[in-house]
Amino acid sequence: MKMMNYVGAAALALAMGGVAQAENVKIGVVLPFSGANADLGHQMDKAIDLYVKLHAKDIAPHTVELVKRDEGPPTGAQAKTVATELITNDKVSMLLGFSFSPSSIALAPVVTQAKVPMIISNAGTAWITNLSPYIVRLSFSMWHTAYPMGSYAFDKIGCKTAALAYTDFPPGKDSTEAFKTGFEKAGGKVVDSIPLGSPVQVPDFTPFFQKIKDQKPDCMYVFIPSGAHATGVMKSYGELGMRKAGVKLIGPMDLIPDNKLQDMGDAAIGTIVMSHYAVDLENAENKSFNAEWHKAYGKDSYPDFMSAQAWDSIHAIFDAIKKLDGKVADGAKVVDAMKGWKANGPRGSVMIDADTRDIVQDEHAMEVIRKPDGKLGVKIVGTTKQVKDECKVQKIGRCGS
Amino acid sequence: MPHFAIIAVSILFDGLAYAMFLFITSVGLSVTMGLMGFVNLAHGAFAMAGGYVVVSLTRNLGIGFVPALVIASVTVGAVSVLFERGLYRRLYKATDLEQVLLTIGLAFMAIATATYFYGPIPKSVPLPEWLQGDINLGFRTFPSYRAFLVVLGAVLISVLWYAFEKTNIGAKIRAAVDNRRMAESVGINVDLLFTLTFAVGSGLAALGGGLAIQLFGLSPSFAVLYLVLFLIVVAVGGLGSLKGTLLAALVVGIVDTGGKYMLAEAGGFFIYAITIVVLLIKPAGFYGRE
Repeated sequence: MKMMNYVGAAALALAMGGVAQAENVKIGVVLPFSGANADLGHQMDKAIDLYVKLHAKDIAPHTVELVKRDEGPPTGAQAKTVATELITNDKVSMLLGFSFSPSSIALAPVVTQAKVPMIISNAGTAWITNLSPYIVRLSFSMWHTAYPMGSYAFDKIGCKTAALAYTDFPPGKDSTEAFKTGFEKAGGKVVDSIPLGSPVQVPDFTPFFQKIKDQKPDCMYVFIPSGAHATGVMKSYGELGMRKAGVKLIGPMDLIPDNKLQDMGDAAIGTIVMSHYAVDLENAENKSFNAEWHKAYGKDSYPDFMSAQAWDSIHAIFDAIKKLDGKVADGAKVVDAMKGWKANGPRGSVMIDADTRDIVQDEHAMEVIRKPDGKLGVKIVGTTKQVKDECKVQKIGRCGS
Repeated sequence: MPHFAIIAVSILFDGLAYAMFLFITSVGLSVTMGLMGFVNLAHGAFAMAGGYVVVSLTRNLGIGFVPALVIASVTVGAVSVLFERGLYRRLYKATDLEQVLLTIGLAFMAIATATYFYGPIPKSVPLPEWLQGDINLGFRTFPSYRAFLVVLGAVLISVLWYAFEKTNIGAKIRAAVDNRRMAESVGINVDLLFTLTFAVGSGLAALGGGLAIQLFGLSPSFAVLYLVLFLIVVAVGGLGSLKGTLLAALVVGIVDTGGKYMLAEAGGFFIYAITIVVLLIKPAGFYGRE
């Protein structure tokens, strides 16, 4: 019946004198819908649905069909299984999503072999884009935020010494490595580096943070996957009275996702993160993005940086469909169509670097404040324009291969 | 005070607070497994339910945190009786596999239900003033909330110990754990006893769930995420033993905290190492019946 509809629609398009053959583009969406990190999936899924709803007319007569699957836990195994099924059974023309680096890493050889583009809307380990020519990343590399944070922390926040704490999986190591590189180059000294266990469950952070508090560094740089962990970090940090003890909390935006910020309370005030998005970011696209979001999901629901990334991801896909007039069967052509893609999104001006297939975007240092209306928010305290993935620029480690 | 002593005190304190959470949440599981040999993997779901009741009571109805804990515990304990009477009862004589399938299924249904009503975003609760600050002991400050956990744990342990060791019902429970058929033949109504302990155990799990919100944050997956921890405590302590569960909670809590503090690189590993060592030496746990 569905098939008949498409045939009918196509026939109608032809009869009306439309020259273009209406194509139905199948997109496999792989995001975590279960487990401790389910809310990350929902933050991106909502943005994708919203974009498709508002912009379906932009690609007429072509249509898109989203086939959604659960990415599962941050280990990669389930994501690889469902994505392989999407390619072989559902015959999707591209894959979109991927919260976790292990998922993208596990799947890279599959998309290379199948010649199906993988559009990443989150997974941030720097060297992922080197794993396959079919990977395009609209989100960020850990180095986008962590590397500039290194020098910013030393120069502007006044961190002469810092302790690092990270969830023990690829992006955690990547993020702390990037921070350390920037921080030591600026003259800072790293006093300790503590892995916080696996990303699968939120640990009791207290013993880790107590150890850091005892070493009295100026700053504590924390990377955790931006889900339930973030709330846990803020609770332990607040409970231990670390800010009072002179240990400032800094990190990438994963520490203060917009949709959890209101729940974090006073402990979060004063935290400084490097980020490419916050609901308080001032630009026209972000204003309308937030307005549409609240209209669709209620006033108490907030988009976050992942939502903004997912929004830009589906935007880039729509532009590629338009550019190729719906002919997306050749994966390599889709990737080529996205190279050099430029747009204004909720994050401001973004671009896909044609050489690395990775995003170029502005990064902002943001400080958590109590806003006049009583809600928590962020204040932009510094901006670096059009940041590239420094790991690939400097060809560090696996980013050079 | 010398540096290592300060560290030792701090590990003991944090470990103790963690151990109290583990004990309160796991003790019900231990008793139901000891008494009926019933594998209740939905135990974590009762804890999660307790947590969400606390969230609703404090955030939507403006009830204080401590009264909310009590109400959540009683409500979930009472509701758990319906599950015990309606579902669990049918499978007491069934195989372990069937019990596991039923209860893990219930746990997943509970996760889906909680996601439907509360969404997947982790929730937190407003704490009263007196639980927010810290207590300064001169050489070190301790978070008030953790001190509260330690005190509450100590009180509950005393009450449970008294009920278990000194009351008539406690004696009956111990008799039924030791030898169920003999207990039945001397006229003890083990079924009723079990319903009672099941309700108390689920109520305590709900209390643990409410207390855990401040430690880990509460999301629907709480129902299975921390189940492994509870099962470790039960296995290491020995099924059905109050003393064993307490000792296991203390060992796991303090070793885990100490391991994370002293040797963060291997932090997550200690809890499993201790489980393996204990079960190698005493396969039935500290106070289990071999």
